[in-house]
Formats: sequence, C-alpha cells, structure tokens
Amino acid sequence: MSKARHLRRLLYILCLLNFLYFLLAPVRDAQAQPPSVYAITHAKIFTLAGSPIEDGTLVIRDGKIAAVGSSVEVPAGAQVIDAKGLQVYPGLFDAVTQMGLSEIGAVNATVDSSETGSYNPDVVAATAVSPSSEHIPVTRASGITEVLAVPGSGGFDSGGGRGTLGGQASAIHLAGWTVDEMLIKKSAAMVLNFPEIQTQTFDFSTFSRKEKPYTEAKQEYDRQINELTDWMDRARHYAQAMEKGSVSKYDRDLKLEALAPVVRGELPVLVFADRARDIRNAVEFCDKQKLKMVLAGGGEAYKVKDLLRSKDVPVILRPMLSLPEEEDDPYDRELSQPAELAAAGVKFAIASFDNSFARRLGQNAANAVAYGLPYDQALRAVTINPAQILGLGSQIGTLEQGKIANVIVTNGDPLELTTDVKYLFIRGQLTSTENKHHRLYEKYLNRPKASN
Amino acid sequence: MKVAKMLNVGNARSAFPFLLGLSCFAYSASAATPPDAPSVILIQNATVLTVSHGTIEHGSILIKDGKIAEVGQSIKAPAGAQVIDASGQFVIPGIIDCHSHIAAESINEGSVSVSSMVTMEEVLDPDDIDIYRDLAGGVTSANILHGSANSIGGQTLVIKLRWGQPASKLPFEGAMPGIKFALGENPKRSNFSIPGQPRRYPSTRMGVEETIRGAFSEARDYKKTWDDYNKRVAAGEKNLIPPRRDLKLEPLVEVLEGKRYVHSHCYREDEILMLLRVAKEFGFKVRTFQHVLEGYKVADELAAAGVGASTFSDWWAYKVEAYDAIPYNAALMTRRGVIVSINSDSAEEATHLNQEAAKSMKYGGLSHDEALKMVTLNPAIQLGIDKRVGTIDVGKDADLAIYNHDPLSAYAVVQKALIDGRVYFDREKDIANRAEIEKEKKALTEKLKKTEKKPEEKKPPEKKPEEKPKTPAPSPTPTAAANSQGGAL
Repeated sequence: MSKARHLRRLLYILCLLNFLYFLLAPVRDAQAQPPSVYAITHAKIFTLAGSPIEDGTLVIRDGKIAAVGSSVEVPAGAQVIDAKGLQVYPGLFDAVTQMGLSEIGAVNATVDSSETGSYNPDVVAATAVSPSSEHIPVTRASGITEVLAVPGSGGFDSGGGRGTLGGQASAIHLAGWTVDEMLIKKSAAMVLNFPEIQTQTFDFSTFSRKEKPYTEAKQEYDRQINELTDWMDRARHYAQAMEKGSVSKYDRDLKLEALAPVVRGELPVLVFADRARDIRNAVEFCDKQKLKMVLAGGGEAYKVKDLLRSKDVPVILRPMLSLPEEEDDPYDRELSQPAELAAAGVKFAIASFDNSFARRLGQNAANAVAYGLPYDQALRAVTINPAQILGLGSQIGTLEQGKIANVIVTNGDPLELTTDVKYLFIRGQLTSTENKHHRLYEKYLNRPKASN
Repeated sequence: MKVAKMLNVGNARSAFPFLLGLSCFAYSASAATPPDAPSVILIQNATVLTVSHGTIEHGSILIKDGKIAEVGQSIKAPAGAQVIDASGQFVIPGIIDCHSHIAAESINEGSVSVSSMVTMEEVLDPDDIDIYRDLAGGVTSANILHGSANSIGGQTLVIKLRWGQPASKLPFEGAMPGIKFALGENPKRSNFSIPGQPRRYPSTRMGVEETIRGAFSEARDYKKTWDDYNKRVAAGEKNLIPPRRDLKLEPLVEVLEGKRYVHSHCYREDEILMLLRVAKEFGFKVRTFQHVLEGYKVADELAAAGVGASTFSDWWAYKVEAYDAIPYNAALMTRRGVIVSINSDSAEEATHLNQEAAKSMKYGGLSHDEALKMVTLNPAIQLGIDKRVGTIDVGKDADLAIYNHDPLSAYAVVQKALIDGRVYFDREKDIANRAEIEKEKKALTEKLKKTEKKPEEKKPPEKKPEEKPKTPAPSPTPTAAANSQGGAL
C-alpha cells in the first residue's frame, strides 16, 4: 500500500469522523445543555401585572423571565419564536389535583393519594408523585404548567379515603426528569379535611349510602374536633420544645414536627369544607388556633362570604361545572358563585380537584365568566391567585421580570374550548405538548382502511 | 371534578332533608306547572343554526301548534302571535342526550346478568330536579337508560324534558323503545366486588359474550315456540294452549324482530367487535355503542356495520378500560363514516353538552356544523327520531334552545328552551322568580320549625332522623353513580 493511499484513507476517515461529530453535535448539546435564552416576539402579551402589551417581546433566560415589554431587545444568541398573531399568558395553575399520585382511579395499585389512618401530617405528596404519569403531559397540553398535588383529600381518585390531617401538599411543575426537578415547593400546604356532622356517608365497598342518626353523627363530630384540638395543642408544645432545643433526637415525633410550621402559622392549612356550617366551624377553629387557613371546596362559600372576607380567608373553589348542593338551589348556583364572591371581595382560585378533568380548568373559569365573573378575574383565578394563596406569588403566576418562566403561547383565549397551546415553557424550557392522547390519535388516524 | 363532589352528594341531601319535602312547593312558582302554549310563536332576529341547511343570519322561526311552520329571513308575525325577540342570540335545535339517567327512581337491577324484564318506563320520576337543570342546559330530549351492571340490562326509553308534566307525558311519542347492553368491567363487576360475597357470573369478557349468546339462544327458541303457535292458530286450529309468556325473553324477541334498539355500553375495541359478531350470529342489529371510548380503534368496522357511536368528549383514566380513551375519539370515528353523538351519562354533564360537542373542533378538527350535529341531528338519527327533531326544518317539532352566544363556546348561556313550541325554560323568568321562591321557602321552614319544636324542643328541624331524602337510599342517585364512573353502575 502506498503512502499516498494511506494518507487518503486517513483523510477519508477523518472527514467521516468530522461529519459524524457535526451530525451528532446538536443531539449531544441538547442532552448536555438545552438553550437557555428564548425570545418570544411580536406577541400580544397578557402579563397579568398591568395592561396587555400589543406586539411585545418576552425574554427568557436561565429559567426566569428576563424581560417583558414592547421595546425589549432580542438578546444575541436567543432562540427566537415569532409569535405574530399569537398570545402569551402565564401558564395556568391548578391548585387542587392528585397529579402524579393517582393514575387510574379504579385501580388501587395505581393510587397513592390517601394514606390510611386519620392523622398523617408527616406524609408529603412529592414523595409519591410519579414523574412518568400520563396525566402530566395530557394536562400540560391544555396550558397548565404547575399544580398543587394534594394528598388525602378524598374523591374517587383516592378510593374515597380522607383522614382528618391528610398530609402535605406539594406545588410542582408539570415537567422534569425527576420529582426534584419538578418541585416548586415540597411542603406548600397541610391538608385538613374539616370534620363534618355526617348523617350520610358513601361506602365505596358496597357503592351505597349509609345513614346514621344525628346524635351519633354529632358525637362523632365532637370527638373529632377534640382530637384535632389535642393534636394542635401537642404540636404547639412540641414546637416550643423544639425552639428551646429540648427535643433530643431520641424523642423526636415526626408527626408533631410536621405540624410545627402549621401551629406557628407559617404553613397554610388547606381546609376542605363545602357546607356553610362546616366552613363557619372551620373558620372559627383556625381563628382560635391561629392557623393560616385556605378554604378548599367552598360549595356554599357564598353563604359565608362576609365572614371569609372579614377574616381574609382565601378560597380554592371546586369546579363550577357542578350541580347545586341543594335540590331547591337555583340551577346555576355553582356557576354564579365566583361572580358573587368576587363582588364581595373574597379572594379565590378555581381548581379542577381532579386529574383526568384537570384539562377542564379553563372551561370552568370561562363558565364562571358566562355567569357574571369579570374576565380578567377569571384569568387571575387560574394563574396568580392560586400562586398568591399558596404563598408562591412572588415566584410564579404573572409574567414579570425575575419570575419562573412558566409561559404559554396560544392562538386565542386560553379559557375557551377551542384554543390551542402552540408553545409551552416550564422553568424556562420549551416543553413538548405531545402526549398519550395525541400519539393514539396519530396512530389511528393513519390506520389503513380495514378490509371488511 | 364531579367525582370529587361525589362524597358530598350524601351530605348535600342529608343536612337539610326536611327541605326536600318542600321542594315541590318551592318550585311550584316557577316550573312545576306546564307553561301555557300559545298556538303561534315567532322567534325573530336570531342567528339560526339549522344544522340541516346552514346558518341564517337575522333569521326567524315561525311555530304553529308546536311544530316549525316556517324558517327564513323575514317572516311577518301573524296576528295574535307571541313574538320572541332574539336579537344577538343563537337558536339551535334542542339538544338530544343519547345517554342519560335523569328522571328515574332507580336505574340498576344489578342482581342478575340478564335483567331485560325491567323497564325504565315504570320508574319515571317527573319531579326529578335534574330534568329542569338539564332543560336549562338546552336539552329537550334524552335517552333514559338502565345501568350497566348486566350484560343485558333493562329496557330504555326516550323522553322529552317536559318539566312540570306528569310521568305519562314524558315519553317521546312513537320513539322506538330500546334495551341496554353492557360489556367489559361493569357487567363483570370488576370494580364492585364486595368482600365475602360470592361473585356473580360473568366475571370475564368471555363470560359476557356467553351470557348474551345464551340469552339470545333462549330468545330464538322462545320466538319459534310463539311463531309455531301463531301459525297453527292462523291455520284455524282450535283449543290450543298458548305458550307461557316470558317477560325476560319478550324484549329480546323484539330485538330479533327489529322492534327494539340495542344500546350497548362498551369501552374496549375487542368487546365492540365481539358484540358485532354475536349480533351477526343471531341476526339482530346493534343500534348504538355507548361510551365506546376505543371506538376510534375500530372505526371502519363500526362504519361497515352501520352502528352509531355515542361517546364522551374527554373523559378518561377513571378505570383501566378508559385508559386509552382520547378526546379525538368523536372526530376519528366521524372521519371514518360513523354517525357520532356526544352524550352525558350525568345530569351535570348534560347541562353543557354544547360545550362538550365543541371540543371535537379542537380535538380532531371537525367543523362547526359537524360538532353541532353531535348533540342534535346525530343523536336524533341514533334514536330514530330524526324525522321529528334534531334540525330546524319546517314540519319538525318546535324543540329549540336559544343561547346568548355561539353555542359552541364556553361563554354561551341558554336563555330559553322550547319543547313542542312551549317555553319550558326561560332564564329571565327563572331569575325573576328566585326572590319569591326564597321567601316561600323561608316561610315554610319557619312554619315547620314551629310545629316541630312542640314535641321535642331541643332538636333543630334538620336533625329529624325520620325524614328521608326523596331518592331511595340503597343505591346512590343516578347523578352520583353517573358522576363517579361514567355509568359505572
């Protein structure tokens, strides 16, 4: 073999390697370092922190919103998304879900949303959130970028179980390779299913209602309230002992330790209650115990709106697309409640209280508008309000400089049924809206015609 | 959302049970009496979405004696006509819900695997408030089905939501009666087994098929026995003893004779094809597959069999057989030539079926007209009532829903609902009556408190244990059941 031929071959191999290197380079880079600067240009931007910006630019850098406005420069090296004709909003925030905790409601093995027993203040939702849940990308496709994953709050997705202290709810992004990447706040609220005087309960094992006499139900209620009060008292003593350093590692009590931030009034308590009487009892209890109460559910919140307003208790409302509590309530009782609460000055968010129906969040908010809620308040009820209610308002919920870049780019009103999310950013990353449902759609759209 | 509310259904009804007894009084002011029916009504200045022949801007609809007499752009009001000015509003044919459990005292005879002897007609409850609520959502007709606990369930019927009329006036006159079948997890009781109780046959999809085949084998023999008897009678034979009637098999014979529609609850593709095979074997037709959440996987087969598909807009993942459910189902089946409707299976869902239909535009790109058909003409075809309802055409029943916006939007609110040319729901009147109803309710509550304080003064009235909610206690209300699992029972 001549030297020249050797050289040619070497050159050839080098060229090939070089070519392969360039071919693979983008893939390697994508794995190592996703682009960190984006500029969304020529969009109508609804910041929810001021008037909408026509023909605006939003710059995302290192996961945060770096700039937003009508005369913002596109930074050199930014990946530019020309959003002419499109609209930009903060991603939607669904403030009560069992996201990642429950996959198929009827299959126990896939459900981790409710621990057994009545007092589980130490269990944390984030521990059991499955980042691979199919619900996450499906929900994301509807423009929801973050949720509160709530344990132990009852409902079909948790097999009906709900203790009194259900555990700690975690605020999570709907994207991330691991739960740690998804976390906004691991412990965002303590779930308290406020005891009710229940003369009728639903028994899931027989799928039927069970009845008990009122006196018995009232006794049971009093017992639960005493028990709950006792827990709070013990937690308060424990917290004091912790502060004085008198809790050794041998007499640690994990449950009381978990309640310490609750009794200090630092961690919000997500109090589930729907009937006016239960809400009143809950407000009184939390007031007495000096807890930071957030009402969840609030089916009859309208009946106690002045109380909620005067005590500054915010509400996370269950879906408006619900039938009224009472047979003789007006037929649109639930639909018109948000407008009524808004007029009374009660702060509220709207949530799905579900997983598979989470994508109806916008639909619910739009229905509240149809029955009188001002549009901008509906938008706030699924973005900044839940963030503020859960103490995350400075991090997320509006499009302001320095906030986490959870952003959606849509072809219309994000609350309307027919609107599509064109681009979606979570923690500043351009995130796919592809999901199981769309994959099955594509697959069967392309099924060859069956020969019958 | 709805499932989360489920646990509260019991509480909702129990906390103030004494009020339930008053509800008929409370409603008497607004809805319980059938509205007067002026013989001639003219709806003017509306955007008329005819469904059959496009949209008429600034259109009018003339109603005479409960029927649509004229549809067009400028119709003059005849003398004595009641005029409804619908400026800026949208009129569509009244919504038809192909899968409902409202207006029924109970829906599940779940003790046997073939319960064809029971019928919804015998348990119609004209006082069910969900009739009014769904009417307020623009629904004017509904297919009232038995539950899905059995491979072959009870007899079904189509009603009009004539709120305030007695049970005898609810059935849709002349509509073909039906029967509910159910395949998959519910008839095999996958999610309902009670510890310690024996399992009921069938408990597999194989057994479901054999239950249906077995029943139809019996029905075929039974039909032959009667056919032979009738032949001999016709031939003039005297003193023959007629065969004994079998109330379970009679409706199945009607299915074999094409006199009763089969509406079959199903989820998975395999069980859908199974029933088509069984139907072919015994020579009957399946009229509709209900839910049919994997219908998109066998859309060609459904189209070839000429079967209708009545599905949910976007329900999924509440059980294993709903894990491959996709919101594109309606559009995929439509594109392959299946007649598709969107149904509710829930009194709540029925209040916004217009919105649910709209989702097929987003998921799969159906047109505005195609989407609207999903809750009007298509269910009418599926129920065999399309000659009477489902479009806005001359000669059809004046069953209409009037909205303040395009009905395929989440911002649209029903303003009026008409059935047979009568205004059965009027939002303005409903709102105007509320104060009076509230006053009446308060007065009655006070009166009740006074009378009840005498014997045992300590007990507030809501604590009366002997008061029972209106709905029978052993099973959850249809609403609760339907809300929980998509006709899970």
